[in-house]
Amino acid sequence: MNKNPFLKTLGLTVCISLLSLTGCTTVKEYQKSRINDAEMELSARKSEKFEQNFYLYREGAAGANGGKSGGGCGCN
Amino acid sequence: MKKICISVGVLLSLFRAGYGQSTTQPAYEKRKLKVEEINLVSSYYQQDGNNSAVTGGIGTEKLTDFAQSFDLVLKTTDQRNRQHTIAFDFNIDHYTSASSDNIDPLTVSSASRSDTHIYPSLSWSVHNDNNRTTKGLAFSYSTEYDYKSYGFNLNFAKASADNNREVSLKAGAFFDTWKAILPPELRPDGYGSGAHGDRDPIDYKPRNSYNLSVSLSQVINKRMQLLFTVEPSFQQGLLSTPFHRIYFQDGGETVEKLPGTRLKLPVSFRLHYFMGDRVVVRTFYRYYIDDWGMQAHTANLEVPVKLTSFISVSPFYRFSHQTAVRYFAPYEQHKQTEKYYTSDYDISGFNSQFVGIGFRTAPPGGLFGIGHWQSVELRFGHYTRTTGMVANSVTLLAKIK
Repeated sequence: MNKNPFLKTLGLTVCISLLSLTGCTTVKEYQKSRINDAEMELSARKSEKFEQNFYLYREGAAGANGGKSGGGCGCN
Repeated sequence: MKKICISVGVLLSLFRAGYGQSTTQPAYEKRKLKVEEINLVSSYYQQDGNNSAVTGGIGTEKLTDFAQSFDLVLKTTDQRNRQHTIAFDFNIDHYTSASSDNIDPLTVSSASRSDTHIYPSLSWSVHNDNNRTTKGLAFSYSTEYDYKSYGFNLNFAKASADNNREVSLKAGAFFDTWKAILPPELRPDGYGSGAHGDRDPIDYKPRNSYNLSVSLSQVINKRMQLLFTVEPSFQQGLLSTPFHRIYFQDGGETVEKLPGTRLKLPVSFRLHYFMGDRVVVRTFYRYYIDDWGMQAHTANLEVPVKLTSFISVSPFYRFSHQTAVRYFAPYEQHKQTEKYYTSDYDISGFNSQFVGIGFRTAPPGGLFGIGHWQSVELRFGHYTRTTGMVANSVTLLAKIK
């Protein structure tokens, strides 16, 4: 069994992604009034932009949140 | 019945008119580049703590940052009916930092106690409705006193035929350069301070970052959708900060030393659910692992409640837990025999919490009677870390459409 934590993490992600697709129903465009609501957008809010910057600088973990992923030292 | 007949008649005549038009005129009508959206964001951030890496893991972390952002989105349609989007984003931060002031406490000679960080970006993307693809590229630049960065990004996305699923790929590279400012007591003879007017030479070191992001979004049902993202990234170059001090157990002093490469793997899951008619539940979870020995879990919950059709309130809570990198030790805990060392509490082990609330209003006729001023949003947040650091932020967003 592979003990590499990076491969385990990737493998688990792929499995969860595939499983999540099995429970979906087809939603027609005219049925998407809730899905298309501004609050339902699948990304961080514009107003979270600078909050994401300070997470990047004040914490070690970064990425996969739609925020800044590089550039700038954040060393202060 | 009479009304239905009239309606059907009007519709048929419209179809007829539309059909007739398509045979006599080209379907394409040239459209000018038009402003789609302008966002103005202002933010004030303030923090304090007592574990500054500049002074070896002790000392003030007091910092204030005033940030402004202006982003402009332009759209047009080309002859093949593809939609082009051009986005320009200009950001400027002005910060004052007590810890930076301690790089050289006797003279203001280096990054000093305040600085301005400017980082614009320009992106272009094209969306084709026929094959449901979006392609794009972006360029970014960042500059501050001792640091410069050039960033390049490419992206591609393809949606399913029913538009309920989308896969997107992004690849990015950042090419950064450090001006290696050292604490004065650790500068070799003849090594410059980095201050304007100091002619002694100073080293410039590279730091490059490469990242790849793969995302899958899926509409689950009429009220729920989710997004998976995997974003591995690789960094190389000077990954330590040259003016972070280390104090050894035996009283010796040096600067932070970390490996020249770092591989990061964050995996995130975002699920949004529209509950009833007024409440949206926005959840986010991220697992993170890297080859410096850090693992982290981050969870975020935000619940926007629509008080009326144009006013909403959004309380939010974020929790994060991270383990320390294997090279971390507090003040005077490192040994001279170690290969790498840091006393930077940002990469130590801790839990953090961020709690706050947002208010948003988007009246139908625009704000204060200005039709194009679509909405305004105000957010407050309070951040605490188990290392003792606390921070507060307030953000104001104005959207013009």
